[in-house]
Amino acid sequence: MSRTASGTADITRRASDFLFGLDGLIALIAGALVVLAWDWRVTVLLALWLGAWLVNNGLSRLGGRWRMRLVPVIFGLTILALWEMTVTMFAVPSVILPGPLAIAARFASSLDVLWADFVQTFVKGALSGYAMGCGAAVLTAIAVDRSAFLQRGLLPVGNFVAALPVVGIAPILVMWFGFDWQSKAAVVVVMVFFPVLVNTVAGLQASDRMQRDLMATYSASYAQALFKLRLPAAMPFIFNGLKIATTLAMIGAIVAEFFGSPTQGMGFRISTEVGRLGLDMVWAEIAVAAIAGSAFYGVVAVIERRVTFWHPSQRR
Amino acid sequence: MRSFGPVLVVLGVILAIWYAAAVLMNAQWERDQASRAGAVIGWAEILPATLRQERPVLPAPHQVAAEFWALTWGEEVSGRRGIVRSGSLSNRGLVLHAWVTLSATMLGFVIGAGFGILLAVGIVHNRAMDASVMPWAIASQTIPIVAIAPMIIVVLNSIGVSGLVPKAIIAAYLSFFPVVVGMVKGLRSPDAMQLDLLRTYNATALQGLWKLRLPAAMPFLFASLKVGVAASFVGTIVAELPLGGAGLGTRLLAGSYYGQTIQIWATLVMASLLAAAMVAVVGGIQARVLTRMGMR
Repeated sequence: MSRTASGTADITRRASDFLFGLDGLIALIAGALVVLAWDWRVTVLLALWLGAWLVNNGLSRLGGRWRMRLVPVIFGLTILALWEMTVTMFAVPSVILPGPLAIAARFASSLDVLWADFVQTFVKGALSGYAMGCGAAVLTAIAVDRSAFLQRGLLPVGNFVAALPVVGIAPILVMWFGFDWQSKAAVVVVMVFFPVLVNTVAGLQASDRMQRDLMATYSASYAQALFKLRLPAAMPFIFNGLKIATTLAMIGAIVAEFFGSPTQGMGFRISTEVGRLGLDMVWAEIAVAAIAGSAFYGVVAVIERRVTFWHPSQRR
Repeated sequence: MRSFGPVLVVLGVILAIWYAAAVLMNAQWERDQASRAGAVIGWAEILPATLRQERPVLPAPHQVAAEFWALTWGEEVSGRRGIVRSGSLSNRGLVLHAWVTLSATMLGFVIGAGFGILLAVGIVHNRAMDASVMPWAIASQTIPIVAIAPMIIVVLNSIGVSGLVPKAIIAAYLSFFPVVVGMVKGLRSPDAMQLDLLRTYNATALQGLWKLRLPAAMPFLFASLKVGVAASFVGTIVAELPLGGAGLGTRLLAGSYYGQTIQIWATLVMASLLAAAMVAVVGGIQARVLTRMGMR
């Protein structure tokens, strides 16, 4: 009797390990493959997916730095291949979903338009607004830091504003600053200001008592303590805010263009091309946005690594 | 409560700056009107006039408050199309638009949070999934989703999906990422000692998930749900921009087309109140759940 009980427990354990382990996933996909095999196209897609999955699984079991780097690349390429094959085999009309190859062709053939849009939205709108907003936020945080009263008052307000849909202010700022890049930069300034402010204020309090006392025994002036201890200690927090702000800056600059823009810009191009059903152009523009957004984030992350090399999270 | 006084002072300062800015920014229009009429006016006439313009550059706070009240309570109770007279919410008032946006946000948030939790469970239990999905999940967030929003909506419309769902998809996309990151951290938060204990009990992966990892992840889950609900609200508003119909985003766009500044600000007040209320609701649930689980 007890043997059967332990036997059942053993089976349930194996079943759940099976489901959560990888073999279970493969079995599920294989099952789906059989069930959906009424259409050979679905079978081909599933087989490709399964093959890539097996390769990735093998690579990640073997481990190693280069193999682990290869895994996401294979995953991404698989998605692209599946996308292209779906579009071709099911003859999806290009006004609904163009394939990656068509998008790449469009990208290559309209580089000049894409570059003009990129300069208008990213360089003029997002970057300038990002610089002004983050600079203003850090300076404000340093000013606020001198008064405990202001900190207690501003921090809750800042946290509250950071949760609000700040994008909504875009129509107002477009009215105030006109259709060109100035209004986009203004939206970006408002969007990045509070996250950076809250993070910087938190960062300036990060140095501990002992370190500040050491500065006091050196009889360091306020400025010396600020530049030699508290600002460097705040850098991990500041960069956290700066990294969040990169995404917000892109969002702000693009959304602001929906409320009015000159006849170029990424947001403008997307909304007009959607109207003209030129979806390959829209996707090319999205690719530009993705590359610009990732590069922006990456650059800030690299600078962070240079500046905060001493922080435990940067150890490898 | 220690910060109650300072917060009041800061809010007071913001209000004062707002009034001052309203006077300064609206003054030019009053001067233009006066010079067109051939008169010269001093600050004594300009000052009160700037605070009651019909389409000010920057409406004064009391104008926004009055408009907000008129578009909610006033419109519904005494308006011709309000709920009292016609039996349905007025499409001129803010309540209907707020409800449309709120329901799309909720749907998207539930989808996004659910998908995020499932993905996190997969990532924690499967090394191949961790290595292949996580970098793309991070990269996907550097793509400004708003760039894709209008296209997703048009494409879904063309294949016959309309109404709440397209907006909810964008809201879900924005809310799933914070949940994935928070949950992966949370599910990995039990330390080696606790995991070893479960191993000595010969516990299955499912039991480990259900009895150790999920409870341990609760504080992380709620922290990321708060971020996620705010994000999905922004996503819904942005998604409504190209749509037309009802919703706070549409309302903002209409206001900007017709230069109805007071109405835009009243809509912004409504959006802020909704966002604050949703974060507060998640916070309330968090407090109750964590108290029941003995975590605080």
